[in-house]
Amino acid sequence: MRYVAARTAKEAAGLLAAEPGVTRVLAGGTDVLVQLKSGLVEPELIVDIKKIPGIGDITAENGGFRIGAAVPNAALGEHAGVVALWPGVVEGANLIGSTQVQGRCTMAGNLCNGSPAGDAVPGLVAANAVARIAGPGGERDCPVADVPAGPGKTTLKTGEIVTSIFLPARPDRASDAYLRFIPRTEMDIAVASAAVSLELAADGTVKAARIVLGAVAPTVVVADEAGKLLVGTKLDDATLARMAKACEAVCKPIDDKRGTVAFRTRTAGTLARRAALIAYARAGGKK
Amino acid sequence: MSLDEYQKREFKQVGTRVRRPDGVDKVTGRAMYGADATAPGMLTGRILRSPHAHARIRSIDTKAAEALPGVKAVLTGADLPAQEDDFIRDVQDNCMARGKALYDGHAVAAVAAVDAATAKAALKLIKVDYEILPHVTEVDVAIKPGAPVVLAGRSLENVPAGMSENVTSHCEFGHGDPAKGFAKADRIVERSFRTAATHQGYIEPHACLASVSSDGKADLWCCTQGQYFVRTLCAAIMGMEASQLRVTASEIGGGFGGKTTVFIEPVALALSRKAGRPVKIVMTRDEVFRATGPTVHTSMDIKIGMAKDGRITGAEAHLRYSGGAFPCGTVDMGAQAAFAAYDLDNVRTYGWNVLTNRPKEAAYRAPGAPQAIYAVESVIDELCQDLGLDPIDVRLKNAAKKGTKSSYGPTFPDIGLVATLEAAKKHPHYSAPLAEGQGRGISCGFWFNFGGNSCVSLNINTDGTVGVTEGNPDIGGSRASISLMAAEELGIDYDRVRTIVADTSSLGYNDVTDGSRVTFAVGLATIKAARAAVRVMCERAAKIWGIDADAVEWKDGAAVPAGPNAGKFPPMSLAEIAAVSFETGGPIAGHHEVNVDGAGVSFGVHIVDVEVDKETGATKVLRYTVFQDAGKAVHPSYVEGQMQGGAVQGIGWALNEEYIYGADGRLQNPTFLDYRVPVASDLPMIDTVILEIPNPGHPYGVRGVGETGIVPPLAALSNAVSRSAGIRLSELPMSPPRVLKALGGS
Repeated sequence: MRYVAARTAKEAAGLLAAEPGVTRVLAGGTDVLVQLKSGLVEPELIVDIKKIPGIGDITAENGGFRIGAAVPNAALGEHAGVVALWPGVVEGANLIGSTQVQGRCTMAGNLCNGSPAGDAVPGLVAANAVARIAGPGGERDCPVADVPAGPGKTTLKTGEIVTSIFLPARPDRASDAYLRFIPRTEMDIAVASAAVSLELAADGTVKAARIVLGAVAPTVVVADEAGKLLVGTKLDDATLARMAKACEAVCKPIDDKRGTVAFRTRTAGTLARRAALIAYARAGGKK
Repeated sequence: MSLDEYQKREFKQVGTRVRRPDGVDKVTGRAMYGADATAPGMLTGRILRSPHAHARIRSIDTKAAEALPGVKAVLTGADLPAQEDDFIRDVQDNCMARGKALYDGHAVAAVAAVDAATAKAALKLIKVDYEILPHVTEVDVAIKPGAPVVLAGRSLENVPAGMSENVTSHCEFGHGDPAKGFAKADRIVERSFRTAATHQGYIEPHACLASVSSDGKADLWCCTQGQYFVRTLCAAIMGMEASQLRVTASEIGGGFGGKTTVFIEPVALALSRKAGRPVKIVMTRDEVFRATGPTVHTSMDIKIGMAKDGRITGAEAHLRYSGGAFPCGTVDMGAQAAFAAYDLDNVRTYGWNVLTNRPKEAAYRAPGAPQAIYAVESVIDELCQDLGLDPIDVRLKNAAKKGTKSSYGPTFPDIGLVATLEAAKKHPHYSAPLAEGQGRGISCGFWFNFGGNSCVSLNINTDGTVGVTEGNPDIGGSRASISLMAAEELGIDYDRVRTIVADTSSLGYNDVTDGSRVTFAVGLATIKAARAAVRVMCERAAKIWGIDADAVEWKDGAAVPAGPNAGKFPPMSLAEIAAVSFETGGPIAGHHEVNVDGAGVSFGVHIVDVEVDKETGATKVLRYTVFQDAGKAVHPSYVEGQMQGGAVQGIGWALNEEYIYGADGRLQNPTFLDYRVPVASDLPMIDTVILEIPNPGHPYGVRGVGETGIVPPLAALSNAVSRSAGIRLSELPMSPPRVLKALGGS
């Protein structure tokens, strides 16, 4: 196994593209090291991207923020600007692992790990975040929603790495929230999760809503119909019940050691309902 | 039973919260755990494990592994001797399969190599030709005729005909006639229960270092609850004499019963003998889950009849336990413990042990009792609800007390159940108001407690300090407790006593640290060893004073003349006598060797408040109080720790912990991520109330306290969850999917 700390994204992409064997990209390493330790993979090449200049920075950009791929989630949680703009994204990212893991783990890593249960991903997709990707052919931007391809799989091509994630600006009277269900209170992986991003009109009714469910399908699911049901309402109980049902309708989970199909489906709807109420209150909505 | 040991006394040190002797070493990293042992030329041992739940091993080809540079030995079951004795053979076959792999994770071969990478590479080169056999992992399936047979020919004669060969033993306890009792009942509840297998979850994985010399002597350093029993098992498997195998126990990072047997130790010894070099084996967590002993999993039917006034008129339990692929007697303990808390006229319990393709069960804190008592206490709670009775009043009405003929036979001497229930009833927790949607559950718990073989040496050093040598790994504070009892008896400060755990060559046999026996039994031996040393010191003082030894007595840490007729001499302290011991006859020591009887049973009562989230099935534990009879709490902080630890482990069993097997017979969750022990944020403070009803069988009244605490939480939680959710739950763990399903929500 070779370990190389790349100095530029281009160098990292070149190294990864040139390696015919199994490779892993190391940012926080909180998934890669677990895979190595458990013998899940035996990579030929590990490319460390932490030393690429700027990759650990959070930068204000066009009213939003660009989050470097090596920004640890603990740093994200301490960034007042990001927390104020996208509290739901940050609370998802801050749920990953333990306090120790938070000091290392990154949103980009959570995205590229390809787990349908990743806690950072639903919030990013609900936020319409955009991943900047460097590859052998240069740089491209891609909606975060289009990165996951299935458990452990992404749409990234050979040699491509995510170098940053852009969280866009948002209007006033807008906010988001993320909830996950775990059988414990921490140190666990989502059995089902929901991120809700809302924009309110001046009268307090919902103007736009984006609902994203995690751990209920091979990739995160954007519950478009459920989101539309909220528009024009102040989240009355009947609307929320319909919205939860619409969420359940798009769930395609599996039965496994962490939960049953029925449980995941039902809980995704419940979480979406609860997250919507939190996002609504955060956006200044009053019922 | 020796019930005349206890003498009331005023304690000076016993009962104080002295500084623990292992604390500094443990928090600074100086403590030596199993994996910390090293030896020159040491090899790394690794074990190849079956991926199949049940498979005949047609052949194992080790040639390629043996040829790999750096590999010094390869071992299979064929390298170990045939064993006559069933018990030893089961232990050996569990350490290394022969003929058949009996569960996912069963060891089938092992290598010793110069480093871990080579050992790992060598495992991949071993070719095992498996013939996959049908498997069975669930007790209710395995008990049926026609189920795949795990081990043939192991059924005892008392197993009724017509059952599967997987049923290895049957037991029955009780008295009276339950049918007559049920006829007198105003209300009868009959329910079936299931509990999942759970793992002890100790933080330290099994680890050992074995070194066998070319002349046949061997040393073994390992993490164990009983170095002498390890020696017994390993000597039998290795064909060695006990004197040639010295076993040293390391510090222990938890055991809870799971380290009372061997898994890797004989393998390391056999590899070392073959390789001619020391071999270290350290299990991974995955190996710990797949191949060491969890508890039994169970299926139980309970029937209890109650009169309107709360009196239990008849009680019956049918218990089906499976301890995995080898016979075990755990169901016997469950059947004995099930109704032990109650004074009943008509009671009967029946137990069956059933083989399944799962790892061999090991002891886990009060083995067999939590499951049966969970089922019984759940039915009693349901009867209380049905008849509108207070759950503590009903238990008080039926409580076993001194003179009660227990449901398992013996008549109880002084026991603490009534006092424990009364303490629970008058505690503010029991009367605290509950908010809408919250539920409160209570349960009694019981454990027998063990005594057993104990051997202690106590040496008086010439500087007036004392060394106690005992033979039980300290798993719950026994060194502190033993030092306290020695200091109390000798009348010197606790800080002047150091207790160490000896290897098997340095002291006579001691039973395993189990059954909550050490503070009780080794404590008793320590007190008596101290008394033996006191007798010697009195003799020495008598010699110095020129009076008769009978005319000297021991008071407040010094020899004094016994009354005015003995003569007038100033007291001679332990330090003064010790300082001149070389001139008065030589070193001073006390010894005591005994097979201790008279372990007092221990009862506990737990109260818990919970709130169930009816939309997700998640249970939040809001408040928890443990009441338990300790006889005498030698070191109250450790006693509280045992009570809290038992409660927390029980909360884990009740809410989330379970062995989950797939249809392929493989364990689905051999990690701490998916085998969910509670984390700190899941729990409220566990409040404790220690009761002290002296055990007549111990000089200071001590009872074991380590195990009773895990017994009540299961039913306490189930009763609280059932009351909060408004439905009666009857399967553990009450994981959110299971609770939500029961609520009809999914």
